[in-house]
Amino acid sequence: MNSIIIASVMLALMGILFGTILAFASKKFAVENDPRIDEIIAVLPGANCGACGFPGCSGLAEAIVNGGAPVNACPVGKAPCAQKIAAIMGVEVDENAKPRFARLLCQGGKAERVDRYYYMGVADCAAAQLLNGGPKLCEYGCLGLGNCVRSCKFGAMRINDNMLPEIDIDKCTGCGACAKACPRSLIKLVDDSYRVMVRCKSHSKGPEVRKACKVGCIGCGICAKNCPANAITVTDFLAEINPELCTACGICVEKCPMKTIKFTFETGEAKAQVV
Amino acid sequence: MRAKTFQGGVHLHYHKEATASKPIVEMPEPKQVILPVQQHIGAPAEVCVQVGDEVKIGDVVAKAKGFVSASVHASIAGKVTAVGPAPHPGGRNIMAVTIENDGSGATAYAAVKGLDALSADELKQMMQDIGLVGMGGAGFPTHVKYFPPEGKKIETVILNGAECEPYLTCDHRLMVEEPEKVILGLQAMMKAAGTDDGYIGIEVNKPDAIEILTKAAASDPRIKVVPLEVKYPQGEEKMLINAITGKVIPSGGLPVDVGIVVNNIATAVTLAEAILEGKPLISRIVTVTGAVKNPQNLRVRLGTSVNELVDYCQGFTGTPGRIVLGGPMTGPAQYRLDLPVTKTTSGVLVQDRGQIKLLESSPCVRCARCVDVCPYNLMPCMLGSAIEAGDLTQAENLGIMDCRECGSCTFVCPACRPIVQTIKYAKSKIAAQKRKNS
Repeated sequence: MNSIIIASVMLALMGILFGTILAFASKKFAVENDPRIDEIIAVLPGANCGACGFPGCSGLAEAIVNGGAPVNACPVGKAPCAQKIAAIMGVEVDENAKPRFARLLCQGGKAERVDRYYYMGVADCAAAQLLNGGPKLCEYGCLGLGNCVRSCKFGAMRINDNMLPEIDIDKCTGCGACAKACPRSLIKLVDDSYRVMVRCKSHSKGPEVRKACKVGCIGCGICAKNCPANAITVTDFLAEINPELCTACGICVEKCPMKTIKFTFETGEAKAQVV
Repeated sequence: MRAKTFQGGVHLHYHKEATASKPIVEMPEPKQVILPVQQHIGAPAEVCVQVGDEVKIGDVVAKAKGFVSASVHASIAGKVTAVGPAPHPGGRNIMAVTIENDGSGATAYAAVKGLDALSADELKQMMQDIGLVGMGGAGFPTHVKYFPPEGKKIETVILNGAECEPYLTCDHRLMVEEPEKVILGLQAMMKAAGTDDGYIGIEVNKPDAIEILTKAAASDPRIKVVPLEVKYPQGEEKMLINAITGKVIPSGGLPVDVGIVVNNIATAVTLAEAILEGKPLISRIVTVTGAVKNPQNLRVRLGTSVNELVDYCQGFTGTPGRIVLGGPMTGPAQYRLDLPVTKTTSGVLVQDRGQIKLLESSPCVRCARCVDVCPYNLMPCMLGSAIEAGDLTQAENLGIMDCRECGSCTFVCPACRPIVQTIKYAKSKIAAQKRKNS
């Protein structure tokens, strides 16, 4: 009986002792945490997708509070989320920031392109690129092995039958992961001010492009000559459209002999109507 | 004496019979040569001629830039017609000097003093001057090997006559036809290194070479000819050293860490020619074999187009399916033929379209055959999986940087997985990351 009492008393005393130490330590060594971080984590989607470029939602919350990241940095939560974060931070949302979408700057799929060798190896664009600069004759075009598709966390991309990545504009959050994954930097993030785009990145001379691809920009300059708004310039055998001057009249789309210039959002895609 | 060897490796079909008994044929001077400034590992050489310049055979057209670099010499006499990017076996266009032959054959070099009159330092300088690089395929500037880092000493020089790559016979023919030059080259290397210990390692599938070289080396007791078992990759530096001396190079280390320098047979012969005639590195032996009408070993001026080599061997038999510069295990496949022969082009292998199997790779079945054969004691299957999962740190922990891309794992893989390509890709990614961080 005696031993039970001793044990109980000992345990109680130890409990009190350690409790005191812990209480003291939690006060003494407490880490100051901005309560706003927890509040922001609560309004973020919580998918930890990393699309914002920060390590997960808590990483972004910390960056917004301490690192000066913009309140609308979460591409998944979009405007409603940004409004809530702005309320927590006590700032205004930048109304001018428009949603961005990924667009591919190449149309040279299996049917249009010419290959210089048969590639059988790792299905990875960067690995294929290491083998004599890739199987495609065009040094600039899409290799179609899907590094972008694998990088997309939102299931917005797939490789179509023509071996080109297709971007589902409804699912695309504009996070830019695909643009980073592409070894040839063929994916551009655009907002709705880019209404017409040159879907090619080749700086090769005209005859070389014709040999390599049916839909590449040959730098002929017909688009530049016919543009009523003077929005198109041809530099180094590649046409470029200035979105600020472009009126989306569609003359270049019609005149382009290679059919390289296309409307950014084709009809049929949901966002096209919004634009 | 039992043939020496190493652990792991694979047994291949060697297909050397097509050219092994054919003497080396001197190919006529080409009308034009294209000399890329990068035919070695290290910094590209710097072009030091202009369009319109007249050059003689042996004139420097591109000067070595820095210590780890090698000069490029004119391989024919004539006029420089172009300086600019040109096709290169590496796949990208690279700066090159094009020379049009004037047919005069004028040379810009003269015989020097001979080995006895040359000091070790002069020999090292000579290696640098003649633009000597490892002619087995890697192309590491030779002179660099003879300047060991502080605190290390070269005790042994090994000549690599294993020629373990299938199809190739260029080193074999050199050993049979020019044994004196092989021995002289090795003696010069031993003098440059300041050592009295020299080995020549030869696979036992070349009994004639072993016999001839043993006879030729009889007068010099310092040189030992070592028969090696026929196994791939017997001719890889680490394997060769392990087989001949029993020493093991530490992970991430170089042969010099165990006091050894390894050189190729062709490198030794080129050095011997420089000592005898003063001739820089302007030609090499190329085995043209496979699906060509008349396969043979050719002595070719550097910069000659591969096209001309094939034509000289009377063209293809059938439709070529794959053309490889070098051996089939490590050589890069090419999609065009207007490429110049470089210092490291040991062979032109043409495979017929019917020979090429289009293999579909499937998931790893964990059979561990690759682990059995990997001569570097790596686990290629684990490496492949780690890289596919994007885990480069894990790949580094598994020793990816020790892989020398011999291809044994891919050769035995029953799932036909492109393991070496995956590893090469990951290595380039790791290297890029390191560059970014430093």
